[in-house]
This record gives sequence, C-alpha cells and structure tokens, in this order.
Amino acid sequence: MNLILRPVAAEFSKILTTRMWWILALVLFGYIALLAGGLAALFGGLDSGAISPDAMNTGGGSAGLSGLGSVPPLIYSFAASVGYVFPVLLGALATTGEFRHQTLTPTFLATPKRGRVLGAKTIALFVVGAALGVVGLAASVGIGALVLGGFGVDPLLADGETWALIGRTVLAMALWAVVGVGLGVLVPSQVASIVIVLAFTQFVEPLLRFAAAFTQVTADIGKFLPGAASDALVGASFYTLASPGGAMLESWQGGLVLLTYGLLATGFGYLTSWKRDVT
Amino acid sequence: MPIGAVIEFTNITKRFGQTTAVNDLSFTVEPGRVTGFLGPNGAGKTTTLRMLLGLVAPTSGTATFGGLRYRDLTRPLHTVGAALEAASFHPGRTAAHHLGVYTTAAGLPRTRVAEVLHTVGLADHATQRVGGYSLGMRQRLGLAYSLLGDPGVLVLDEPINGLDPEGIKWIRGFLSSMAAEGRTVLVSSHLLSEVQQSVDDVIIIAKGELVHSGPLSSLDTNIAPQVIVDSPDRDALAAALTNAGLAFTSGRTGLIVAVPDPGRVGHIAFTAGVELNVLHRQKAGLEDSFLALVEGGDSL
Repeated sequence: MNLILRPVAAEFSKILTTRMWWILALVLFGYIALLAGGLAALFGGLDSGAISPDAMNTGGGSAGLSGLGSVPPLIYSFAASVGYVFPVLLGALATTGEFRHQTLTPTFLATPKRGRVLGAKTIALFVVGAALGVVGLAASVGIGALVLGGFGVDPLLADGETWALIGRTVLAMALWAVVGVGLGVLVPSQVASIVIVLAFTQFVEPLLRFAAAFTQVTADIGKFLPGAASDALVGASFYTLASPGGAMLESWQGGLVLLTYGLLATGFGYLTSWKRDVT
Repeated sequence: MPIGAVIEFTNITKRFGQTTAVNDLSFTVEPGRVTGFLGPNGAGKTTTLRMLLGLVAPTSGTATFGGLRYRDLTRPLHTVGAALEAASFHPGRTAAHHLGVYTTAAGLPRTRVAEVLHTVGLADHATQRVGGYSLGMRQRLGLAYSLLGDPGVLVLDEPINGLDPEGIKWIRGFLSSMAAEGRTVLVSSHLLSEVQQSVDDVIIIAKGELVHSGPLSSLDTNIAPQVIVDSPDRDALAAALTNAGLAFTSGRTGLIVAVPDPGRVGHIAFTAGVELNVLHRQKAGLEDSFLALVEGGDSL
C-alpha cells in the first residue's frame, strides 16, 4: 500500500510547496466570482425590474428570460464551463515542470518505477483538481447565490438538483486536472503545453463547437469534444444555451469521454516521453 | 552502520543514434574505498552513471549494486545516494521542502531533512528558495539529497564543480570518512588533480571506452621517467649525447633525454669533458599519466 501512497503523498507535497496552486486558485476565484456575480446581477436586475428590459437590446428574445428557474444552474456552472482551464493548467504545469526543472532525476531516483510516479501524479492532481472545483464553486455558487438572493430571485439552494450539479462540477474539475497531466506528459515542453491549453480552450474549441452545431453530422462529432463532454457531465452551460438544438451526451457519458481523453493522453505520453532516457 | 555494496558494470554500451557514447564498459567499484571515475568532458562519464542509476536505458549490458539493478532495489535511497551534475531543483521550492518531497516518496523520517542539511552546511539556508542559491550551495544541496537515506553506496557526478576552496577541502575529508565507514564511494571528475588527494582507486575512460583501472599508484609507472641535463656549453653537450647515440629534445630548462638513468647521462658528459650545471631525473606527474592515457589512448 505504501508503494502507491508514498508517491501520491510526494506529489501532493510537490504541488503544495510551490506557489502555483494558490495563485491559480486565487485567479480562478476572482474570475468566476466576477462573471457569476455580474451575470446574477444582470438576470436578477431584469427579473426584479431594477433593470428595465427596454434598457437593453434583447433582439426580441426577451421571452427567454421568463423561465428564470434555469438561471441559477447556468450561473453556478461557470465554475466548470469557464473555470476548467485552471485545473488543466495546474495539471500540465505539474508534469512539464518536472521536465523543465529536471526534477525527474531525483523523482525517479526515489521511485524508480516510473509508471507508479505517473499514476501517483494523476491521483494527486485529480484531488487537487476537485479542490479547485470547490474554489470555483465557492465563487459561482457563493457569490452567484448571494447576488441572486439580493434581487429576490430563488437561488435554488434547497433544490437537490443544484447540489447534484455542484457534485458533478467537482468531478469535472478533477477530471480536467487529469487531462492536464496527460497533456503535460504528451507535450513535455512547458511553453508549448501552456500555449496549447490556452489556444485550445479559449479559441479553437469554442470555434469548433460553434461550427459543429451547423449540421447534424458535425454536431454528432462535436459533442465528443472535451469541453462539450465536460458540459454534458456538469449538465448546464452557456454553450448548451447558445446552441439549443445541439446534440449533447448523457451526463455519465460526458464524464467517461473526459476521463478517456485524460487517460489516453497520459498513456501515450508515458510511452513517448515519461519512459525515455533522463539525461 | 550501512554496508557498501559492490558496483559492477558488465559490458555496458549506450548508443544515441549513430553515436556510441559508452562502448562495452566493464569494471567494478569496491566498498571501503573512494573510486575516482575519470575522463575528459564528453568521455561518457555522466551517461555511464545515469545508466547505473536507471535513468538512461543501456543499449546492452548491465550495471548493478550487489547484483541488483537500481530499479530492482527495494529501498533505493537507503541503498544508493546519488548526486548528478544537472541542477535538478524547482527554483520556487525551499531546500527543506525539496528534500521533504523525496523523503516522503522514499518513506524516510522527516528528521533526515534537517540532519542532512546540517551535514552539508546548509542548515542556515533551509527555508530559502533554491532559485536564490549559488552554484556551490546547489552542489551541497545535491549532496544532501544523496545522503537522505544514509546509503551504503554514494555515486557523485562532479561533486567538486563550483565549490569554493573551503568546500573542496571539506568534501575531500567527507569522501574519505564515508569510505572509511565501509561505504562504496564513486566520484566522477574530469580533472585528476581535483580528486587525486582523496581517491584510492581510479577508473579512467576516454571516448566511451575504458583506458585504465586500478589503484591510484598504478598511474605512477605509466610514463617512463626522463633525465633533464644542461651545461653552460649546451652545443657541446648536444654533440656528446648525439655521439653516444641518445635521443633528446630541447626543453626550457635543458635537454630532455629519454633514458631513466641520470648516471649514464652524467658519465657521457664526463668522458666528453662537458661541464654540467643541471642533471636530474624527472618523473612525470600523475596528471601527465592521466592526460597521456585519455589523449593517446595507449595504456600500459
């Protein structure tokens, strides 16, 4: 048992003894709090009449606002649908940092079974990703519900479905950290890895998901994109709202697809970089 | 008291594409002695040590500690302590945290961190981030890592690089005391003079191949001594040596004659009536033997 617990404990200690984890957690919290708080204020304001619907150009779509019951989950889901880039980054930095700072040498000297180290890193990052999920939710649910409540909108915190969404969000964030580990070991160059994370999550994938929604065939493929899978797992998101007719995976399927991305990348990375000579 | 294991390299070879970095190397390193692993930069020392530690996969051959490959050791840090040349630190981590990570991974008591930092003289810098360390401090931290498990075998790659004179003096004494306790100590260097005072045995490689192995004293006899001779009338001396059929070259302090016996040279000068003001035997230094071995590649 010690054979896997010790490396896992070592991986936790690697993350907690550098500054990156709390910097990312802080930025995640601030970013999501701003988005969730802002949007909650907008919807809450519209609902309570504090903001007149005439004050904004609704494009004739003001009817969409009548079903305000769906607003709280949408706001809460920001923790994952926007915040997922943070666990991916932390996971990618955890692996690429080992290559960059040549800490693979002391790591493999202490634990010569390399597969065990990678497994330990995956487990540790899964847990840390879940913790980032809790931070993101503290922002999206904490601030979001506070603002909604302030406008007299029911934040649905007594609703079991809200708490199920919170649980699925934590799981999604944990899985994203695992995807990050996989990416980092697949692309050991830290700069390249970060560029890929940012370009893919902020630009390439949103574009692909938008484009995929145009035809049925591409939509069926598009629902397997990692971000789409994550949204399916969480069960509510911006994108699903933006493309109402869009195909979606079942929640459990989304989680499985995301996990598969993470494990495939980690497996290939193990073969292409982790097992190689450390010079 | 930890017991040193015999390190054994058997026909170990490493090729990187077309280049052969290490070619069919076989030698053993005994406990209770400090063994210098010497060779010029690029000779394959680091690659050999990394193969020993399981970090680089050999193309063929094996390297073992008491018969076990590194990755088959049940408690690797207890058996072998290694410090390699590369600075393997996260700059944002403190020295104590750096060591703490690997103490956890190896299941060692946390108290070892403070102990080894004290041993290498870094106790006052334990909570400083490694990014601010000097080269010498990084070397000491690397050494501290190797001592974590109180291992019977020490493998150190260029441990003297970057140390100040005081540090060099300290590490020499340290290596000798480790060997005196019965541990196996393997230390690489590209300069014999750096380790000459503390090694008992030498393994010399050049271009990835073994050129010499044995006790340090075995280097002594590798180059035949020469006789230095000079006279106020150097031309007459040269003529006398030529007549006697001895080969010589002109040096800064006199003529260098390729014979071991000063008496014979003196006799030649005496019978030719040439006055001498210099006559002595010059023994080549260990460093010269070492350089001759790694450059010429002709071993005795």
